[in-house]
Amino acid sequence: MTLSTRHLLSIRDLGPEDVTLILDTAEQMDAVSQRAVKKVPALRGRTIVNLFFEASTRTRASFELAGKRLSADMINFASATSSTSKGETLLDTARNLEAMQPDMLVVRHRSPGAAHYLSTRIGCRVVNAGDGAHQHPTQALLDAFTMRRHHGRLEGLRVAIVGDVAHSRVVRSNLDLLTMMGAEVTVCAPATLIPRDFENYGVQVTNDIDQALDGAEVVMALRVQFERQASSFFPTTREYFQYFGLTPKRLERTAEDAIVMHPGPMNRGVEISSDVADGPRSVILEQVSHGVATRMAVLFGGAAVEAAAEAEADE
Amino acid sequence: MTRLHLKGGHVVDPASDLHSKADVVLDGGRVVKVGKNLREKSAKVIDCRGLVVCPGFVDMHVHLRQPGQEYKETIATGTRSAAAGGFTAVGCMANTVPPNDNPAITESILAAARDEGSCRVWPIAAVTKNMGGKELTEFGDLKRVGAVALSDDGLPIADHGVMRRALEYAGMFDLVVIDHAEEPTLAGDGQVNEGWLSTRLGLPGLPREAEDLHVARDILLSDLTGSAVHVAHLSTQQSVDFVRRGKKSGVRVTCEVTPHHFALDEEAVGDFDTNCKMKPPLRTKADVKALMKGIKDGTIDAIATDHAPHHSDEKNCPFDHAAFGIVGLETSVSLSLDRLVHRKVVDLPRLVQLMSWNPARILGVPGGTLAVGAPADVTILDLEREVTIEPTNFHSKSRNTPFGGWELRGGPVATIVGGRVAWTAEKGFAKR
Repeated sequence: MTLSTRHLLSIRDLGPEDVTLILDTAEQMDAVSQRAVKKVPALRGRTIVNLFFEASTRTRASFELAGKRLSADMINFASATSSTSKGETLLDTARNLEAMQPDMLVVRHRSPGAAHYLSTRIGCRVVNAGDGAHQHPTQALLDAFTMRRHHGRLEGLRVAIVGDVAHSRVVRSNLDLLTMMGAEVTVCAPATLIPRDFENYGVQVTNDIDQALDGAEVVMALRVQFERQASSFFPTTREYFQYFGLTPKRLERTAEDAIVMHPGPMNRGVEISSDVADGPRSVILEQVSHGVATRMAVLFGGAAVEAAAEAEADE
Repeated sequence: MTRLHLKGGHVVDPASDLHSKADVVLDGGRVVKVGKNLREKSAKVIDCRGLVVCPGFVDMHVHLRQPGQEYKETIATGTRSAAAGGFTAVGCMANTVPPNDNPAITESILAAARDEGSCRVWPIAAVTKNMGGKELTEFGDLKRVGAVALSDDGLPIADHGVMRRALEYAGMFDLVVIDHAEEPTLAGDGQVNEGWLSTRLGLPGLPREAEDLHVARDILLSDLTGSAVHVAHLSTQQSVDFVRRGKKSGVRVTCEVTPHHFALDEEAVGDFDTNCKMKPPLRTKADVKALMKGIKDGTIDAIATDHAPHHSDEKNCPFDHAAFGIVGLETSVSLSLDRLVHRKVVDLPRLVQLMSWNPARILGVPGGTLAVGAPADVTILDLEREVTIEPTNFHSKSRNTPFGGWELRGGPVATIVGGRVAWTAEKGFAKR
């Protein structure tokens, strides 16, 4: 039993069975991360290249650790230190790396479709680590992993997503995954940050945060992406926080066992108050741990849970 | 020049109300006789039995890229592409490098066309200096050396005051102003039609309203000034409605639509196909339907390609880095025959209006008819010819088309320019 897709470019490449398979495998992988010796030989002798054209700490480190815990050889390329700063095209950079026979490319790029573009032009497996405002599939998978851990299910789960929807690849991937798995999602943002026809995702869309949070079992805050000029979409961060910031008071409307998530990096006091970010419902750091386990599952290629166990036995 | 006898074809010339089997005789660069079973002693016979003989097709919206971007296209390659696509004349846009904003550039384009051209070239000069949208170019001088219309195409004229003055001033010289209708502050850095497609792909959207707003503005200002305005590459339902209403109330507004906007909708972008990236973007199915209605009821005056050649490097890159635009000269006639004529959106006389008579009238150039005395520009069609679009066979320097591999019914088989056979499907280009 393996994934139905070779590349992981978008959540739309996956079916519900793929998602369940990855999440189940991630449970096994998470067990590896809890041990003193955090390594299995599953990808021994394989080479994985982290090709990051956009600043990233969390995701790059997460993929790197995931690869290393599977015994793969990991190489990191960051745009500032690579040939792109000398004018080399994305495709030429990728082809040059491909000439060194890696097994997988993990790509982050600011252009929507960049991972798809490379996947049709190079031979090795491509995993999308974020392409502009398009997709960030491993983030959605680790978020789903976290939700499932806490609530035991995705189907029928009441999820509220609040924040800068327009610039967010996280929300697009999450909505593809959550609607596929039968969750009930409400998305909340200022009208200026909700793209046209957004309700086509099959979700509720509102500008009223209290309505969004009412009875929610999962609350996900999205980062205001100031680096993508998001601040020109509302007058002040003060007013933004007043209408869309997550506060302990607001969270009173949610389900009793609601969890609070954030893909990071956080703007404290803009989309989320520190009381909430550091509060009892926050699972924000768990998301980061789960990120490693989920990415291990993705890199492993979704091979069966049994194969992972077998690999462990070989150790 | 050889006297030509186009024998036994079906002649379609709406300007002379002709839609029947007839012969056409060309001599001295002119149409000299039209009629049934004409007798000629020494003329060279071109057998047109089973074919449709039309006045030469005019593509009023083409980018030939010369001077300055010869790596994309030249006047030689662009006009070969035109002739092989069934066009006897093209209007070439001003966004060359440097732009065609002064008589010296206009003259250089005409000189190159004379020396290397395979069809007629009608230069369209810039409305504003350096296409900067601020200061008007010398309309009078430009017209004197051969510019036939004015446009900053590729860029909209954002300043309404400048647009008003341009129309007022152009009216004195009887020049039409062609507007690329796109309100820049609404369009932003949009990449595809704004809607579910842009939302799902995470690309900035180009709202239809950015076009609609400028189309409405152009109609209002044409009404105010009494000068002729022509809307380039119309693509939305609302814009068609605005033009329809403007015409009804007597405004001097005309408009064109491209084959890609009636043959494709936004879904063609698929997984970031850069050959489906153009301005205006491919729109929704409802917009395509509205364009078809406008083509049928006469609201839309012309089919023009917006032939926009780009080097493969400019399309082989992530979507938001790719250049806007596609080539169109060698696909336009087949797309129009297949999608409009064979699907009964329009009949042949209406097609000839859209591709020949109307564009010639809008630009105010000779042609568009086979009446005796008209220029000997002829497009000969085979309505049943099976055409497979093969971009590698294009005569254009560029291959950026989403239509590669398409199988279409009908296409051009010969192009006659000024009484000389410029191209035939059978033998290719004539020696110059």
